[in-house]
This record gives sequence, C-alpha cells and structure tokens, in this order.
Amino acid sequence: MKKSALIGYAVLLAIACALPFLVSEYRTFQFTLVLVYSIALLGLNILTGYNGQISLGHGAFYAIGAYVAAILMDKAGFPYWATIPLAGAVCLVAGFLFGLPALRLEGLYLALATFALGVSLPQLLKYHHLEGWTGGVQGIVITKPDAPEFLASLGLTLNQDQWLYFFTLAVTLVMFLLAWNLLRGRIGRAMMAIRDNHVAAEAMGVNNAMVKSLTFGVSAMFTGVAGALGAIAIQFVAPDSFNIFLSLTFLIGMVIGGVASISGALYGALFIQFVPNVADEISKAAPWAIFGLFLLGFTYLMPLGIAGAIRMGLARLTRKAHNSQPVENMIRPHSPKEENP
Amino acid sequence: MDALLHQVLAGLATGGIYASMALALVMIYQATHLVNFAQGELAMFSTYIAWSLIEAGMPYWAAFFLTVGFSFVLGVVIERVVIRPVEHAPVLAVVVVFIALLVILNSVTGWIYTFTIKTFPSPFPEQPLFGNKYMSSHEIGAICVTMVVLVLLYAFFRYTPLGLAMRAAAQNPESSRLVGIRVGWMLALGWGLAAAIGSVAGMMVAPIVFLDPNMMGGVLLYAFAAALIGGIDSPGGAVFGGFLVGVLENVLGAFVIGNELKLAVALVLIIGVLTVRPSGFFGKVHVTRV
Repeated sequence: MKKSALIGYAVLLAIACALPFLVSEYRTFQFTLVLVYSIALLGLNILTGYNGQISLGHGAFYAIGAYVAAILMDKAGFPYWATIPLAGAVCLVAGFLFGLPALRLEGLYLALATFALGVSLPQLLKYHHLEGWTGGVQGIVITKPDAPEFLASLGLTLNQDQWLYFFTLAVTLVMFLLAWNLLRGRIGRAMMAIRDNHVAAEAMGVNNAMVKSLTFGVSAMFTGVAGALGAIAIQFVAPDSFNIFLSLTFLIGMVIGGVASISGALYGALFIQFVPNVADEISKAAPWAIFGLFLLGFTYLMPLGIAGAIRMGLARLTRKAHNSQPVENMIRPHSPKEENP
Repeated sequence: MDALLHQVLAGLATGGIYASMALALVMIYQATHLVNFAQGELAMFSTYIAWSLIEAGMPYWAAFFLTVGFSFVLGVVIERVVIRPVEHAPVLAVVVVFIALLVILNSVTGWIYTFTIKTFPSPFPEQPLFGNKYMSSHEIGAICVTMVVLVLLYAFFRYTPLGLAMRAAAQNPESSRLVGIRVGWMLALGWGLAAAIGSVAGMMVAPIVFLDPNMMGGVLLYAFAAALIGGIDSPGGAVFGGFLVGVLENVLGAFVIGNELKLAVALVLIIGVLTVRPSGFFGKVHVTRV
C-alpha cells in the first residue's frame, strides 16, 4: 500500500474516532447506522459488484441477521457482542443455501428470484407458527447495551450511543479488512473472473459453482452482521421494517457509492442515511423520488458511482503533478521539445 | 366440496388479473428480452389516473378507455426516454433503471395522491350474475375482460401487418431492419402495449385490493410466477400460468398453509420453475453457444 494512502486511512480513522465527541447523541446514532449500512453495502457489493450476481433481496439477509441477534438476546439471554458472529454464521449458511439454486439463474432471472425473496420476506417473518420466536407483527424490543465497566475505571466515560458507535466502528474495521483481504487474493480474482467471463474462468480451473455459492454465503454473512448491529442500534426488530424497499435501498447505496469498490460502500452508506433526511423535509414521498432520479442520473452519467468519480479525479490530479516533473522527460526521450527544433 | 369450488372459482378470478399482468410482462420480454420490474407500479399509476378521471365525474367506461390510451402513450414515452439509453448496457444497469422507475412511480403517486387507501369502483353490478352463489359479478367481469384482451392481442399479432412487424423485430432485429421495419419504434410500441394491458389489470384488481401506491407488489410477484410457469416468451402460456397461480394461491392459502404465507407460494413457484424448468410449460428452450 502506498504511503499516502496509509496516511489517508489514518486520518480517516482519527476523524471517525473523534466524531462522537463532536456531534450530538442523535448524530452519533446516525453515524452508527452509516457504519452498519456500509457493512451491508459491502456485502452486496461482494456479490453483485465483484461476482456479477444481481441481488434485489439482500434485505432478507439483513433481516435474518437482525432477528438472530434479537432472538438470541431476548430469548436466550446472550450478550450483544456474542450475537454478531452467530448472526454472521447463520447468514453464511442461509446465503450459501440460497446460492445453490441461484447457480442455475443468470442475470435478470437471479434478480427476479431475489426480488421475490425480498417481497415475500415480511410475510414469512409474520408467520404465526414462528410467533413464539419472532414476536409476530409486534416484533422484538431489545435493550441498548451500556459501555463496559473497565472503560469507566480507565477514566473514559461513554454514553450508550457513543459506546455503540465505537463498537460498530471496530466491527466495521474488521469487516472491511476481511473484505479487502478476500478480494485482493486468489478467491477475489476468481470471483471477478467469473463475473467477466464465466466460461474462461471455468477453463482456467476456477470451480464456478463453488465460488459462486460461497460468494453468496460470504455476501450474506456481511449483510447479516450488519443486520445484527443495526438491530442492536435501533433496539427493535419488526417484519415491516424489512420490506422490499430495504433491499432496494441497498441496491441504491451500492450503485451510488460505486459498483465493485470497497470504499464505495462507505459513500453509499452516507448517501442512503443522510439524503432521505434532507429530502424528508420536502415531502414524505420525496426521498424515494430523489433516490430514483439519482439512480437514473448515475446509471447514465456516472456508472462507477462516487468511488469511480473520485478515483478518476485523483488519477487526473496526480497525472498532472507528474507531468510537471522533469523526470518525465528523462523517461521519454522523444519529448515534444526535441521534435520541434 | 362447496368451499373448494368457491376457492377455485375465486382463484380463477384473481388468476385473470395475474394473467393480464403476466401478459404485459411477456409483451415486454418478447420485444426486448427484459423483465420489467416497474410493470406493477406502471399499472398502479394508470389506475390512479383512472380514479382521478372517475372522481372528476367521467363515466366509468370513458375513463377506462382514456386511461388505456394514456398508459399506452406513457409506455412509449418511457421506452423512448428512459430505456433506450441502456438498450445495450449490462444487465445490472438495466435492472437499476427498472428499479429507479419503480421507486419514482411509487413515490410520485404517493406524493400526488397520498398513501391513504382509496376505494375504486367496479363497472359490474353489485348483485351476483344469474343468482349464482360462487362468484361476484366483478370476478366474472374481470375474467371476461382478460379474455377479451387476450383475443384482441392474438388477433393483433396474427392478422395485422403491424403485429407481424413487431413479431419480426423481436425475433430478428437485423433482418427486420433490412426489410424496412423501424425496430426501435417496434420496441417502443411493445412497451406501450404492455403499459396499456397493465393498466387494464390495475383497474380490474383495484376494486378487490383497494387503491394504494403499494397495491401491486404482491400482484407483480404472482404475475412473475405466472409468466415463468407459462414460459416467459409465450402469451398463451402466461394466461394459463396466471389462472394456475390464482387457483393455487387461493386453494393453498385456504386449506394448506393459511393466508399468511400466500406470497411464499409465489416465491417457491418462481424459484422452483426457474431451477427445474426455466422455459416454463410452453416457452421455447434456449440454447446459447459458448
């Protein structure tokens, strides 16, 4: 990794750590949700952006993660932090299982099947035979965790929102590192090879079926972890908050942030958290109209999203900086000056 | 037995509505090989237009035909303005554009008409026809309307030069262009027809499910299932699939799994058909060359 990039990440982390001490409790809560969404978007991006499998139903895995966390805390008395890996594990299995039939579907048809999953999920959550677990239409209320005791003994007093923010930040960091490590390695390259040309990938010895269903599982795991964190942050799960529009929100965040980009998850999360807040002041229906217009605009004008635009802008800036250096002329002996006497 | 018969007949009635939505999906699939996720919202928007016209004092059937005409124009305009730029784009871009259309139509309707549920009139008499005790006259009427639409469509594609041109443009765009068919406009026409058929479905379903911006979510899902069962490129299959899904949904909902899981029926049907027999009952099996 380049030195300048490392410094950039360090500054970003410092800002992220300072944030809860600078803004109000409510804003801290909102930034916690931004982190939660960024994990979910990262999960969707691994599947759709890097592996080319379109999912319009990722809200389902978010919901499963949220319900696993809520049920474990409410019924089994688990501490909140222990529910995160379990929610991830359950979603890994669920995603892998859904990925198996999805192997036979391509492009539009997979979008259709996942769309059906997203639309029918709230009904499944309301199913009355599961009511003992899921709480039916009423959902489940969870208590917000307090900051651990040892922090207070160190002289650091955090309120609940601030503690939850830092907890989420830590999980987010781990998840982003995991994703970065996964995508730059052998498996990540196999995922992208399948997306770009699945026949060629198969010919090169990539086990398409295995990689695709595993990608589905890993993607669902990321989104499930996000769901568990989101449930703890909001302190409440109910079937109707996981409707098809949640899945569409994730799709929107991914497209606006940047398809096939890790940092795009963060931009997308900021977008889906804060743009509706601004738009809500115009009308209750306005956020979705604005989402839709942004979607159209980005598809036509900026298909790589915010991350792509930033990457292009940076590349242009740094190229200019290089051009002004005299070293450039030494590398290219036939510089224009010599050609024009 | 009586209850079963009642459920089957009620299923046929809703099945007729699913069949018209499925027909609209098949229309667009045939013309462009795309599955239109915004079809339901398009139909919902048209139904609101019809509601405004009726509220303004227009007689039902005048409003009905005016809405169908308006939807046709709307479909053509959407194809020209929104879909055309992504005609040769990757699948993800196309899906994203459809989703954008879906949320824009949904929220604009909510913005104009608010999200409160409205009642929508039925053109058919209140009393059941011929004193039968199984089906309301709206249900019978909806089936008849679906059948009329199907026959009209069949006649259009089978006996008119324009219908022939549309079929040609869908099957082989290059050769059609060579013989002077304006392929781009045929696609737009396909969209217009689909939007018009969708608006009929919307106006038929609105008296049953009531008018609200999210009314078509479930209907669209059943229509997807219907279109896939029949074969996504077969109009007759879509109608068959629509009736089958309607009956299955009602009978399973009433006797086997309960009303709460009705949408799961659609989910299972969609995934089942796509994995076991992707071409449906009547569709063509596609083979792609590597």
